[in-house]
Formats: sequence, structure tokens, C-alpha cells
Amino acid sequence: MADNQTSLARTFLAGLWQENPVLRLILGMCPTLAVTTSVQAALTMGASVIFVLIGSNLVVSLMRNLLKPHLRILMFTLTIAAFVTVADLFLKAYQPAMSAKLGPYIPLIIVNCIIICRAEACASKNGLLVSLADAVGMGLGFTGALAVLALVRELLATGQIVFEFGQKVTLVSLPDVPLFRMAGMAMPVGAFLTLGLMLGLVKMVTGKRS
Amino acid sequence: MDTFETLLLGFLGIVIVNNLVFTKFLGTCPYLGVSGRIDMAFGMGCAVTFVLALAGTLTWLIDYFVLIPYGLNVLRYVCFILVIAGAVQLVEMYVRKFFPVLYDSFGIFLPLITTNCAILGMCLFINLWGIDNLPETVVLSVGAGLGFTLAICIMAGIRENLELADVPAALRGAPITLITAGLLTLAFMGFAGMIR
Repeated sequence: MADNQTSLARTFLAGLWQENPVLRLILGMCPTLAVTTSVQAALTMGASVIFVLIGSNLVVSLMRNLLKPHLRILMFTLTIAAFVTVADLFLKAYQPAMSAKLGPYIPLIIVNCIIICRAEACASKNGLLVSLADAVGMGLGFTGALAVLALVRELLATGQIVFEFGQKVTLVSLPDVPLFRMAGMAMPVGAFLTLGLMLGLVKMVTGKRS
Repeated sequence: MDTFETLLLGFLGIVIVNNLVFTKFLGTCPYLGVSGRIDMAFGMGCAVTFVLALAGTLTWLIDYFVLIPYGLNVLRYVCFILVIAGAVQLVEMYVRKFFPVLYDSFGIFLPLITTNCAILGMCLFINLWGIDNLPETVVLSVGAGLGFTLAICIMAGIRENLELADVPAALRGAPITLITAGLLTLAFMGFAGMIR
């Protein structure tokens, strides 16, 4: 039993750092680059991905003995598409402004490689508990990486962190100097450069050479 | 003449100004993953263009004639992804049967295209922009595919040269590719605002 629990914990922790989908496996680049202009958008995206990942991992794990090899990927994609539709409608109903801002990137979770990768690598081989631990770990790892990237970009682009729930709440505000008003950070250039440097930093810290 | 102008501007716009990879981050995974060699990049680009042209047109037809009239918007994502997966499967079977040489060179790329965000992304954008005629849909789909090919080929060319460069150890591999991509986007930003 104890052995079982350590393996669950290890599966959960692997997603956070050892096999962090964004920083270590370099999966799911589209949303990572596209929605990290603000921390709130990144967190919304992260939450949607966690929801879809948990849902799809559980369903795939439940039907893993019924899957035919050649129809596997199609079944994964359809399961994911169903959960993404739920997430998309939920956001449209309760967070219309955020939903409009994220636009097509919420439906694009369907083709996010992280989710298919987890369905294939973990959920189609393991039981419910392991799949759940894996989904939560991977989802949190993804959300964490997105949040850090968004934090850097939003701070450098606008000099403040703004959340919007009906009215605007400014959490952090930095002095008005050119360093914190780099418009480029909010543009695609900033996304690619920041992520590139972040990956370099992670590589340096872990001392991994390839 | 007026429609011809719209089509031409739309085409140039999607290939250069609103390039999917540079401005919408669509198809970034293959853009970073497959762009090691220029011939492979070109193969991937051609396959994506073909599937995109097919899937873009089909999804528009389904959306316009089935989903919207019958109020089935909820099923849009499931339908789109089914059409794309089906189109990829068809293309794979067709190419394997009639162009075995081409099939061998595409090999691994074809099944991967299903999960290429550029395809689903473009189908969703066509819906989002409210394109309401077939010619424009076809032109935009083909243009988006060509834009992707252009981006991935430029990237592959740069990366082939990058192999000879002395890159700091920590930045080797994915990081330097991302930084290169960033600089490329900066160059393409020069076109921003020229059309639309």
C-alpha cells in the first residue's frame, strides 16, 4: 500500500518539474505562446487545460481495455473534443470577456499535444488513480509554467499585473520607467524570446546538455 | 474585379501579413520540431497545405450548410476534428496507393498532421471571421498552408546554418530555435498593417 502511494506521489510530482510539459518536454507550445500576455488569461487557460486533462485521462483510463489500436487516436481526440466543448461553453457563460479574449485558443486545446500525449503515454495503460494523479500533476506543471511566463511578459510590457472580475484590480504596479514599458513583450516577439530564454535558464539550472 | 481584388488581398494577407505561425502561434510544434532539414520541412509544408485546403473547405461547407442552419453550434468542435482526422486518413490512403514514393518521404508526418494546430486553428478562424463564400474560404485555406510552408522553410534554412554556429551550451536545441523564431517574427512584423 505504501509502495502504491509513493508511486502515485511520484507520478504527481513528475508533471510539476521532472517531466514538466512546457519546460522539459516542450509540448503544447501554441497556447503557451499565445495566451501569456496576461496572468489572468494564462491562469484561465491553465484551469481549462486541467479540467480537460482530468476528464480525458479518466475517461480514457476507463475505456482503455476496449480500445482498438487503429481507432485509438480518434477516440482520444473525440473524448477531448467533448470536454473542450464543455469548458468552452462554461467560459462563454460565466467569463464572457475572458472567453472573447482567448478566442480560438480554448477550442485549440483539442489539438494540444500535452493532452493526447498523456492519454497515450499514461491513461491508456494505467488505472483511474494513477491517471488522475498524472493529470493533476501535468496540468499544474503546465499552469505554473504559463503563469511564470505571463508574469514576466505582463510586468515587462505594462509594468503592472491586472485582474478583471467585473472591475479592474491592479495587484502589482511598477514605476513608469522604459524597462517596464516594453510594448514588444506583449507581441509575438516577446513570447518567443522570453520562452527561449526561460528554457535556456531551466537547462542551465538542471545542467542538462544535449 | 472587386471580388478578385478581395481574394488577392486576402491571399497575400494570410501568407505574409497575418502569417499563422508568426502572428497566431499556430502550428508552432512542427515549426520547432520538424524544421531541422529543409527538404523535410518542405515535405511537411506541402502535406499541411494539402490537408488544410481540403479540411478548410469541407469544414466551411459543413458549418455553413449543416451546423448553422440547424443550430448545432455545440457540435462544431467535434465535427471539425472528425473532418480533419478523416481528411488526413483519406489523404494518407490515397497517397499510399497512388504515390508510394511520396508516401515514403512523408511517412511519419502524415498522421501527425491531425494534431497540427494550424489546421484546426485555420478552420476555426474562418468561422470566427465570418467568411460567407466558398472562393474566399478556399483561397484563405490554401494561403494559410503556403504561409506555414514559407515559415517552416525559412526556419529550416536558418537552422541548417545554425548547426555550424557556436551556440552557448545552455541555449542549444529548443531555446535557440525559439529565440531565432522570435527574431523572425520581428522581421515579419515589418509587414504588419499593410493589409487589413
